[in-house]
Amino acid sequence: MKAIVDKWLQKGGRSPQHKNFLKKERLYRLLVFATQLIILFLFLGLWQFASSSNWIDPLLFSSPLKIWITFIDMIAQGNLFYHLFVTIVETAIAFVLSTVLGTLIAVVIWWSKFLSKVLDPYLVILNGMPKVALGPLFIVAFGGGYVAIIAMGVAISIIVTTIVVYSSFKEVDPNYVKLVQTFGANKQQIFIKIVLPASFPTIISTLKVNVGLAWVGIIVGEFLVSKMGLGYLIIYGFQVFNLTLVFVSLSIIAICATIMYLLVQYFEKLLMKNRG
Amino acid sequence: MLSNRVISFDHVTKTFITHDGENQALENISFTVGDGEFVTLLGPSGCGKSTLLSMLAGLFRPTSGNITIRGEKVSGPSRQIGYMLQQDYLLSWRTIRENILLGLEIQKTLTVETEKKALKLLSEMGLLSYKDHFPSQLSGGMRQRVALVRTLATNPGILLLDEPFSALDYQTKLKLEDLVIDTLRRKQKTALLVTHDISEAIAMSDRIIVLSPNPGRIKTVIEMPDSIRKPLPFESREVPDFQTYFQLVWKELNNG
Repeated sequence: MKAIVDKWLQKGGRSPQHKNFLKKERLYRLLVFATQLIILFLFLGLWQFASSSNWIDPLLFSSPLKIWITFIDMIAQGNLFYHLFVTIVETAIAFVLSTVLGTLIAVVIWWSKFLSKVLDPYLVILNGMPKVALGPLFIVAFGGGYVAIIAMGVAISIIVTTIVVYSSFKEVDPNYVKLVQTFGANKQQIFIKIVLPASFPTIISTLKVNVGLAWVGIIVGEFLVSKMGLGYLIIYGFQVFNLTLVFVSLSIIAICATIMYLLVQYFEKLLMKNRG
Repeated sequence: MLSNRVISFDHVTKTFITHDGENQALENISFTVGDGEFVTLLGPSGCGKSTLLSMLAGLFRPTSGNITIRGEKVSGPSRQIGYMLQQDYLLSWRTIRENILLGLEIQKTLTVETEKKALKLLSEMGLLSYKDHFPSQLSGGMRQRVALVRTLATNPGILLLDEPFSALDYQTKLKLEDLVIDTLRRKQKTALLVTHDISEAIAMSDRIIVLSPNPGRIKTVIEMPDSIRKPLPFESREVPDFQTYFQLVWKELNNG
């Protein structure tokens, strides 16, 4: 048995030293992963134990087992998927809209130096403003439905997107621009051949930030107005004092946000593969 | 002589005006370059060498005076001009093949035929097998050779070389000097090189225009003898006259 494990740990080694190095490296990675798992199970176990032996109030802090049972129940009733679906669609729309619109605004102010100077103080103010505070305005403007929620999701990340993408446009090495200018390139060609592709890595990395921000916006939006969605479940669970329901929603949000983040990361890898 | 005058600077002055005031970069520059000639602008930094090239490339205009290419006043980037910068500036997201076609794409002259010609140039540089590689996979010398192909692909009659060897190691630089001179002679291009490297200037040029700084002015013009002019740069450095000219240029650069 030990021989088999050893062999796997040294797989691909080209010399005794290299094998030894690989073995150490793999053991270290295993140790990290095992520690991560242990922390998770310790946390869940401690929570469960504390709850069932009444160290903490089970009514307030629930327990992993109760959360699991409620989760299965809700799946059986079928309404969980409905709430999940609503939230995911809203988040996806807010994410795409804020990224596309934010980038478009960045393009416009790159194009016109005058406009970028004029808009500069407004961008600073909007960026510094806590967007959540705009919530009541969105409800008045867009009604108490999903439009207001999506508006909240967009508001929270669009300005950051614009600022980050615009500054990456500005940071493109001017010598690349000079290069295409000597070929006689016009402004549109400078943008399409040089500035946009050179800023691509930055645009992709704002996507990762925007995923997280879109979730914040949508959940807050649902707190404020919604009759459905995971944010609504949290508020509803709080109001009827069913905190197990709150924990179920929180867990699902954590899982979905992670999956979306990983998807964007995969997308990034796919796009960056062809850049040498 | 007048008939084959390709580049002509006529009393050119350039003053940059900024928030902080005026800064005169060039004063009263006049010279001409004939067909197929290789002329070097030699001077310390701050003598406006690159400004001179940029104006010739049509990136901005002189404050006063005239610049003409084959008798026509320069008013913007011209297709007769190919520009090589200090570094290769290859686009990291494009393959070598896509990089050398950049100029053709921008000038909207990319056809099956022009692409074939560009690939033939690449093969003359011994880099055809790298056409599907990305720039990061190539060495500095190879990358600068690709940049040369990119410049030649649009088939310009005049090449502007803005210290194109300054970022390379010495050995690569010597090899590339020979390659550039050989290529330009075979294709009968006219060239204007900007450098602060005295031996590079002597080894490569037919004529050296020595500039003095603040503001940039022409100090003297030195014609190279056939003994240095004719061989390739590497061999020129071995010629006995080379040291004599080195001393001559050195003195011109250094006496106030």
